[in-house]
Amino acid sequence: MNHSISLTVNGARRDFVLDDPRVTLLDLLRERLHLTGTKKGCDRGQCGACTILVDGKRINSCLALAISHDGADILTIEGLARGDRLHPVQAAFIAHDGFQCGFCTPGQIMSAIGMMQEAQAGNDPERIRECMSGNLCRCGAYAGIVDAVLEAQAGADETNQRRSA
Amino acid sequence: MKQFDYVRPATVTEAVAAAAQPGAVYLAAGTNLLDLMKGNVTRPDRLVDVTHLDGLDGIERLADGSLRIGALVSNADLAHDGEFVKAYPAVAEALLSGASAQLRNAATVGGNLLQRTRCAYFYDTASRCNKRAAGSGCDARDGENRSHAVLGWSDRCIATHPSDFCVPLLALDAIVEIEGKNGRREIALDELHRLPGNTPENESALEPGDLIVAVRLPPAARGFAAHARYLKVRERASYAFAIVSAAAALRIENGKIAEARLALGGVAAKPWRARAAEDVLKGVAPSADAFQEAAWRALTDAKPSGANAYKIELARRIVVRALTLAAAGTPARIPALPASPFASTSGAIHA
Amino acid sequence: MPELNLTSAPAHLRHGSSIGQPLTRRDGVLKVKGQATYAADNHPPGMLFAVMAVSSIAHGRVSSLDVAAAKRHPGVVDVMTPDHKPELAIDPEIKTNPFVFRMEVLQSNEVRYANQPIAVVIAETLEAATEGAVLLAPRYETLPPLVGLDAGKSYVPPVVGVGNPSEIHRGDVAAGLAAADKQIDATYETPAQYHNAMEPHAIVADWNGDHLQIDMPTQGLMLSLGRVAELFGLAPDKIHIRSPFLGGGFGSKGLMAGPPVLGIMAAKLVGRPVKLVLRREQMYGPVGHRAPTRQRLRIGADAEGRLTALDHHARTVSSTFDDFYEPAADASHTLYAAPAIRTSHDAVRVNTGTPLFMRAPGEATGSIALESAIDEMAWACGMDPLAFRLKNYAEVEPITGKPFSSKALRACYDQGAARFGWAKRTLQPRQMRDDAGLLVGWGMGTATFPALMFQAEARAAIRRDGTGAMEIGAHDMGQGAWTALAQIAADAVGLDIDRVTFKAGTSDLPDAGIAGGSAHTATAGAAIHSAGAAVIAKLADLATNDERSPLYGAGNTGVIARDGRLIRRDDEGRSESYTEILARAGIAEVEARGTGAPNPAAMEEYAMHAHGAVFAEVKVDPELGQIRVTRMVGAFAAGRIVNPHLVRSQLFGGMIWGMSFALHEEAITDRRTGRIMNADLGEYHIPVNADVPPLDVITVEEHDPHVNALGIKGVGEIGITGSAGAVANAVWHATGVRVRRFPIRIEELLTGR
Repeated sequence: MNHSISLTVNGARRDFVLDDPRVTLLDLLRERLHLTGTKKGCDRGQCGACTILVDGKRINSCLALAISHDGADILTIEGLARGDRLHPVQAAFIAHDGFQCGFCTPGQIMSAIGMMQEAQAGNDPERIRECMSGNLCRCGAYAGIVDAVLEAQAGADETNQRRSA
Repeated sequence: MKQFDYVRPATVTEAVAAAAQPGAVYLAAGTNLLDLMKGNVTRPDRLVDVTHLDGLDGIERLADGSLRIGALVSNADLAHDGEFVKAYPAVAEALLSGASAQLRNAATVGGNLLQRTRCAYFYDTASRCNKRAAGSGCDARDGENRSHAVLGWSDRCIATHPSDFCVPLLALDAIVEIEGKNGRREIALDELHRLPGNTPENESALEPGDLIVAVRLPPAARGFAAHARYLKVRERASYAFAIVSAAAALRIENGKIAEARLALGGVAAKPWRARAAEDVLKGVAPSADAFQEAAWRALTDAKPSGANAYKIELARRIVVRALTLAAAGTPARIPALPASPFASTSGAIHA
Repeated sequence: MPELNLTSAPAHLRHGSSIGQPLTRRDGVLKVKGQATYAADNHPPGMLFAVMAVSSIAHGRVSSLDVAAAKRHPGVVDVMTPDHKPELAIDPEIKTNPFVFRMEVLQSNEVRYANQPIAVVIAETLEAATEGAVLLAPRYETLPPLVGLDAGKSYVPPVVGVGNPSEIHRGDVAAGLAAADKQIDATYETPAQYHNAMEPHAIVADWNGDHLQIDMPTQGLMLSLGRVAELFGLAPDKIHIRSPFLGGGFGSKGLMAGPPVLGIMAAKLVGRPVKLVLRREQMYGPVGHRAPTRQRLRIGADAEGRLTALDHHARTVSSTFDDFYEPAADASHTLYAAPAIRTSHDAVRVNTGTPLFMRAPGEATGSIALESAIDEMAWACGMDPLAFRLKNYAEVEPITGKPFSSKALRACYDQGAARFGWAKRTLQPRQMRDDAGLLVGWGMGTATFPALMFQAEARAAIRRDGTGAMEIGAHDMGQGAWTALAQIAADAVGLDIDRVTFKAGTSDLPDAGIAGGSAHTATAGAAIHSAGAAVIAKLADLATNDERSPLYGAGNTGVIARDGRLIRRDDEGRSESYTEILARAGIAEVEARGTGAPNPAAMEEYAMHAHGAVFAEVKVDPELGQIRVTRMVGAFAAGRIVNPHLVRSQLFGGMIWGMSFALHEEAITDRRTGRIMNADLGEYHIPVNADVPPLDVITVEEHDPHVNALGIKGVGEIGITGSAGAVANAVWHATGVRVRRFPIRIEELLTGR
C-alpha cells in the first residue's frame, strides 16, 4: 500500500509516495533522499549517530517511522551551514577538535543544537556531559565536544544579551 | 521487520476498534516498539498510530488537586514542565535519569509504562523465553542473569521491568486511565503490570484494544514534594538501565514521618512497591536506624534468581540512601546527573 | 634521481613550518557539514541492498534455509547461499600469507561461531533485504560449542601477536622468585572486547565488466586490494578501492574480512551495484575482536623493593579454525628492570570468530594485569607506587638488554605526578574522602607502546605554478592523516600547506602500508618526507647545474627549501623560486618517489618504544559501589609531535579506552550456546560523555634520532596502556578492594574487602 506524505526537510517541502510503511526517517533520509550526512551507527537508538531535529527537537531518526511523521519539519546536518558560513556549533567542533573519525559528528552536532534549544544545561560542563550522553563517540572526543558546546553556548548567550540590551 | 498495515485512526474510538484485532499494536513514539520489531522480538501485523490523536498530549491540574498527564506527553516535556518538577520532583528526576535526551524527547508517558523488559534472553530470539513465546522455557534462569529479578520472580521468568518513570509513579499511587472496547476505566498503576507466575506472557492488565490515555497522580501525591528523591545505580554515569533503583518520598510533620512512600526499580517484573517498609516509617523520626529497618522490610521476600544475590544487598543500601536523601530534602534543582549517587563530585578531598 | 630511503633528516629540509603546528583538521569542514563520504554513503545508479543472515548457533551446520519465503517477499531480487553464489578464484580457507585470515563467504554449510554469515539477501530496498534475511528462518544441526578460557585442552601457540615467540625469558626466574623477600602471585582476567567503531563495516561494490569499484573503509588499502584480487582472480589494476574516511577502525578494518567479500560476490551475482552494511549485532563475530585472557603474574622483590623476578603467563583463546593470539604477557618485556623475566602464553580453541588486533593488542590487555600486579607489589613493599616504579626504572630494555633509542619516561613520571598532585596521596587505601563522603582513590600506571615502522611509498611533485603535490594511499580513521601527513608533506616540499595538493585514501596511489601499530604517521610520514627530499633534490639539480641560476654551483646540499624557494645555505640572499627554476628549465613539473621503511640496523641496536605515565582519580560510593573516574592526567613521550592538537585528541581517546577497559566494556557470552548476549551498544557499555572526566595530557619533549627520519614514535595506542591499570589501581586505593577481574563490577566492590 502506498502512502503519500509530506515533510519539510531543511526548509524545503518534500512530497512523496512511500511504498513501504517500514521506512524509518533515517533510512528515508539516507537511502531515498540521499541525504547521507545523518549516520547509522546502531539502528536501535543506542548510539545517537542518527540524531536529527524533528519539529525542533532532537530525536533518534532510526527509531522513528517516516510515515508517522507526516507533516514534520526536519533539520539535518546538511541544513545547518549557509554555503561556506558554518553554524557556530559546527565551527566550534572544528576549533575544539570535537571529533576524530567524524562518523558520530553529525549526530553530535545536531544533538548539541537540540540541547542548546532545550536550555537545560546552560554553561555547566557537568550538565552538558549528561545531556550529550545520548551520543556515543568511540574515538573518545568527548572533551572536545564539551568544549565546543561551551564555546557555542557562550556565543549564543552573548548574542541573546546583545539582543535584549 | 515484518510487513505490516499502517493505520492512522482519527479518534480514540477508531483506534480502539483498529487495535482490538489480533496482531495489532499501538504505535506511539516507537522508541521501544521499533527496537523490538527490528530485533524480530515483536512481529505485529498492524500498527495503529495514535500519535496524531487529539487531546492526549496535555498536562492538566484537576479541580481536586490531581494531575492528569496525557499518554502522548513526551518524557522530556513532562520532566521539564516547571510546575510538574516542583510538585513531583522524584518523578521528574526519574524521567531524566532514563535513556538519553533524544529518546526522552520522543518517548511518551503511555509508552514508558508499557516498555518491555531488557532481559537479553527476551531480546535474543534464538533463546527460549516464556515471555516472548509462551511455554518455550526460560534460558535466563541458568544463563547470564546478574541483572535479573530478586523479587516476585518465578521459575518461568526472572525478567525485570526497566522503567525508571514507573517507580516514583507507583510510590505516589498513580492511576492509569484506559480506553477500551467497553469504554473508559481506570486502574491503579500497581495493577497494570503483572508478576510472571505461570504466565509471564501476560504482562499487563490490558485487554486487546485497550489504550492508555492518561496517567493521573492523586491529590495526596503533592504532599511529598519537599522530601522526594529517585536514586539509580547503573554501570555508566548515564544512558544505562538501573541495576537497582528506588524512589523515596516522605511527608514530614513536626520532625516525624507522617507518611512514607517507597518503591524499587530493576528488582522485579513490575515496579515494586514496598508497603511494609512504608509502614515501619510511619510516625517515626527520620533516622539511620529507621531507614535500615525499612530496608530490611522492603527486601524481606527477596531471593536471588541467579548470580544476583548482590542486588538484594544493593537494594537495601539504595533504600537507605534514597530515604536519607529524601529526608534531607528535595534539592532546589534536579542535580546535573539525575538520580546518580554522584550528585556532586567537585568537593574538596581530604585524607 | 632515484628513490631515497632516508634514515636521518637531509640537510636541505626544515621542520617546523607545518610540522609541530596545532592545525585544526583539514577535513573538519567536510565532517561537520556531513559531507565526508563514508563507504555506506555511496549510492551508484541501480544499486541494490544486501543484508546478511547470520548464524544463531555457534557450532554445527545449517541444514535448511527457506529461500522461497525470502524470495516471495516483494522487492527481494536474489538470495546468495552456499548453493547459489559466484565462485571464487581461490579457496578462502587457504592462507596465502600470514596476514590472511580465514573468512566465511558461504563456502560451506558449516557454522563455526555465532553471528557467522550464512546467506545474503539482495533486494531493491533495505527494508525488503532486511526482512528477507529473517524469512530465511535457518534450521541447524547443532553441535556443542566450545566456550570460555577452559573450553578444552590448552596448547602453546607457535607464535603470538605478529610473529612473537610465545615464550621468552631472560635470567633465572625461579631463582629470582626464591630469593625474593616479597612475592606476589596474582591472577587477572580480561574479557572479550569488540572494536565497535561507530561506523559499521560497509561496502558498496560495483562491477563494470571485469573492473571492480569498491567503496569500503579499510586501514590497509593495498592489503585489501591484494586479497580481493586473489579471491576474485583479478589483476590488481582492475580494482579500485576508495576509503577516504573511516568511521573508526581500531584494528577491525585492517585486513579483509568476510562480509565485504560477500558484498562483492553479491554484486557479481546480480550484475548490479550492491551495498552491504553490517548491522551492529553482526559486528560481534566476523570482523574480529580482542580475545579474553587469564593472566598469572608472579613477581618477586627484595627488601629494598627491587624486583628480583617477573613471571607473566597469559592464557587466551583463538578460534577453532584460525590463529591469532593476544600477546598479553609481552607487556612485561620493556618496563621494569627485573633481572629475571619470563613471559609465556597458552591458549584454547573456542567457537568464536577469530580474534584480531584491537587497539593495543596485547599491550592493553597485558598492561592492566602488569600495572595491577606492580601496584600490588608496591603495596606489599610498603612503597608509594611511583617510588616503586622509579626504583625499578629500566635504563635498558629488560628483556633484551638493549639501550633505548630514547626514553623520557622519568620526565613523564615527574611532570604527570606534579600536574596531578600525586605527592599528597595516602599510602594506605580507603583513607581519602571528598566533602560528600565519597571514597577517593588515586592510582597510576606506566604506559608503553613499541615505536614501529612498516613499508610505504609516496609520490611528490612540484609544479611550475609554484604548487606541490603529494600522493600516498594513506588512511584517515580519525587519527588525522589528512592533516598530519599533509603537514609533513608541506615541509617536505618546502611549501605552505595550502599550496600542496595532498591526495590519500584510494588504492591507485602509492602504497602507504597499513594504518595500524601506531606506525602510520611514522611510516607514511617517512615516505612523504623521503619523496619530498627526492623532488627537492631534482629541483636543486636543475638550479645548481644551471649557470643562469643564482644558485649555480651551490650543490645539492648547499640549498634549503623554504616557502617555495630554494635558498643558498651559505648566503640566504641568493635564492630562486620553484616557478623560476621550472620555467627556465621549460619543465611543467618535477616528480619523485620516496619510501619509508624500518631501519634494520637501528632496530638491531636499540629498543624503540614510546612511554608515558597516567594518573587517575576515582570516586566510589562507599555503600553503593558505583565508580566514577573524576580526573586523569597522562604524560607521554612519543618522539616528535607532528600536530599537538590532534595528538592530544588521540591520547585522550586512548585514555578513555583504558578507563573503559577497567570499568565498562565486556562481551558477555552465554556459556551454553556461545552466543554473545550483549551484541549491541546498549548493553555492551562503552563510556558515554558523562563518564568522561576532565582529562589532561602532557606531551613530554623527546628527540629520537634513531626511530625514523622524522623522529616520530606514534600515539595511536599508547594511551590505553597505563590508563587501564591506573584506573584499576585507583579503585583499589579508594576502596581497599583489589578486583582482578575486568571490568570491575559493582558486586565485587559490595562483597569484596
